[in-house]
Amino acid sequence: MHFKARASAAAADKALQAKLATAKGLFVEGRRRAVAEIDLEATREASKAIRNRCIANLDLWLERFEEEATRRGGQVLWARDGAEICRLVVDIARRHGVRKAIKSKSMLSEEAGLNAALEAAGVQPVETDLGEYILQINGNESPSHIIAPAIHKTKEEVAELFERVHGKPRKTDIGEMTREAREMLRAHFLSADMGISGGNFLVAETGSVALVTNEGNGRMVTTLPKVHVVITGVEKVIPTLEDLATLMRILPRSATGQTISNYFSVLTGVKRPEDTDGPEHLYFILVDNGRVDLVGSGFQDMLRCIRCAACMNHCPVYQTIGGHAYGWVYPGPMGAVLTPLFVGLENAIDLPHAATLCNQCGVVCPVKIPLPDLMRKLREQQVERGLRPWGERAALTFWAWLARHPALYGLAAKLGVRYLSWLAGGEDRIRILGIAPAWTDGRDFPAPEGRTFRELYSEKHR
Amino acid sequence: MRVGLFVTCLVDLLRPRIGFAALRLLEAAGCEVVVPESQTCCGQPAWNSGDRRAARLLAEKAIAEFEGCDYLVAPSGSCAGMIRAHYPELFADDPAWHERAAALGSRTYELSDFLVAVAKLDKVPGDFTGTVTYHDSCSGLRELGVKAQPRALLAKLPGVTLTEMDGAEECCGFGGAFAVKFGDISARLAEKKCENVRASGADAVVLGDLGCMLSIEGKLRRLGDEKTRVLHIAEILAGEP
Ligand code: SF4
Repeated sequence: MHFKARASAAAADKALQAKLATAKGLFVEGRRRAVAEIDLEATREASKAIRNRCIANLDLWLERFEEEATRRGGQVLWARDGAEICRLVVDIARRHGVRKAIKSKSMLSEEAGLNAALEAAGVQPVETDLGEYILQINGNESPSHIIAPAIHKTKEEVAELFERVHGKPRKTDIGEMTREAREMLRAHFLSADMGISGGNFLVAETGSVALVTNEGNGRMVTTLPKVHVVITGVEKVIPTLEDLATLMRILPRSATGQTISNYFSVLTGVKRPEDTDGPEHLYFILVDNGRVDLVGSGFQDMLRCIRCAACMNHCPVYQTIGGHAYGWVYPGPMGAVLTPLFVGLENAIDLPHAATLCNQCGVVCPVKIPLPDLMRKLREQQVERGLRPWGERAALTFWAWLARHPALYGLAAKLGVRYLSWLAGGEDRIRILGIAPAWTDGRDFPAPEGRTFRELYSEKHR
Repeated sequence: MRVGLFVTCLVDLLRPRIGFAALRLLEAAGCEVVVPESQTCCGQPAWNSGDRRAARLLAEKAIAEFEGCDYLVAPSGSCAGMIRAHYPELFADDPAWHERAAALGSRTYELSDFLVAVAKLDKVPGDFTGTVTYHDSCSGLRELGVKAQPRALLAKLPGVTLTEMDGAEECCGFGGAFAVKFGDISARLAEKKCENVRASGADAVVLGDLGCMLSIEGKLRRLGDEKTRVLHIAEILAGEP
């Protein structure tokens, strides 16, 4: 099913929109309150500058990160694409005789389809983020939001799922349901041999990975098992802990409206003799998967993204169609830009057009990514590469030619308006518009006054 | 002060009275208004469709037509935003044209912004009575900072009470070609906007862009609301001719 079909189905799904609206209320209201505590514009500028600084010298900061992480007992591995991520993780699992891997949220593992690869290799992956867990036990459903993966489910749907899968009496209270999930997960936490996490930032000067979570599962995943594998995109590196402090002022506020997330970990190196916990083996899999090509391209700005989800939380289109309609890992405005860049322009032809360019996203983005401009640039590339439908191109070319010939344009406008008036048949609206049926499927088209401004004006000024 | 009125292609086609209302307001503010008769479209449909070449040709045409004026004013945040924010981008690789584009861009205003910030219009002729709510159009608001200006002008109408609706800054779903490419999403966004308009209890929703007007009025009527009026800021301020 293509984007259009999925989006149309979702646009008619008022239950989905009600669920999204509840979450939107929390996120949008929460963000509004939280960003009022800081000098928002100055922090956005500073965050943008930090991210730009890393990306401008990405190779140098990555080398520095590798050096520091290695010095502290970590091993840095590089993956070109999703298949390489899977191969590396499976290799690590084999080397350490891993049978079960517990996971905290990692978007890269979604990009790679890692769970399926682990299962195929005889390793049981267990998602421990509550939202991801819900999706996993529901037949490996895909996430529909980057920080609230199960946002498309109601409490009742989850209660029903838990009852069915856990085989326990149905709960109705969210607290009780969470407790039940925690009990189910506890055994996994204790029996897993490997923890897999994403990383919000990599700190070059200390070789650390910073993790922002709200459920505490991230701590267990990264400290209990003897092996910890961090999988993250190469663009996540930042120079210093000082930079981390700045970005942390804006990330939780933009994401969930929190001053600081419930848990914030900066993990550095393997367990030392004097440490009470921590992994004995620490691997960093740093992934390209399309990112490196963006450096120096017209889309470099996109690499600043810190995956806060503010853009989708504020996007009227996302709020109407939800995340699944976007068809890949990343939904909303950031997905409308990233997906075509990562999976190929021709494989996501509708996404850059699935936006009104209202720029709600651009004004809330904590690192000032001009998302609508990037969508427009993708549209330009589609035109340059001949990927737009022939009819659309022909219509636009003809219209643009006409608009450069005022006399002919005036005549065409005059005739067009007469035609529209005739369609309205004396009413103040057109109910069915043959040339743009998609418009009148969902609303009327107000009838024109009857004559063009140009006609009336030249009459008056003759 | 010589002001070039950029009528916009939508107003030309569908609502000439908005163009004439803008003309009267500018004249009331003491401007000498010129209306180049060769004007057509600012080129935004091409720009947003990814056809930079066509957008550029139309931009060149508009620049040539209007650069002789002290100001360019449009009864549309969207078209004014195109000229002020995007024309210079179109000529990033052509210093001569870029300079002309930037020069015109810096003198380009959305109507209500111009009336408040530059012309400092004191009295408005309109005589509407009732409660109104204002819909902030995306480009006007986020590209040009049009927010307080129309409200300040509405406050000059003694019979008008402004009541803010929820989500006044949210998109009405128009989005140019988006409205027909993704008609169902677009109509759904318009529906949410209409729900907010109606919940405000206002007699009329006032706005600054004809695109939003088509989307909101079209949806209100389809929903069976025959009562709530949809008025362009120029119309309500200028009153009946
Ligand atoms: S694009 Fe900006 S707003 Fe969207 S997720 Fe990335 S950082 Fe957040």
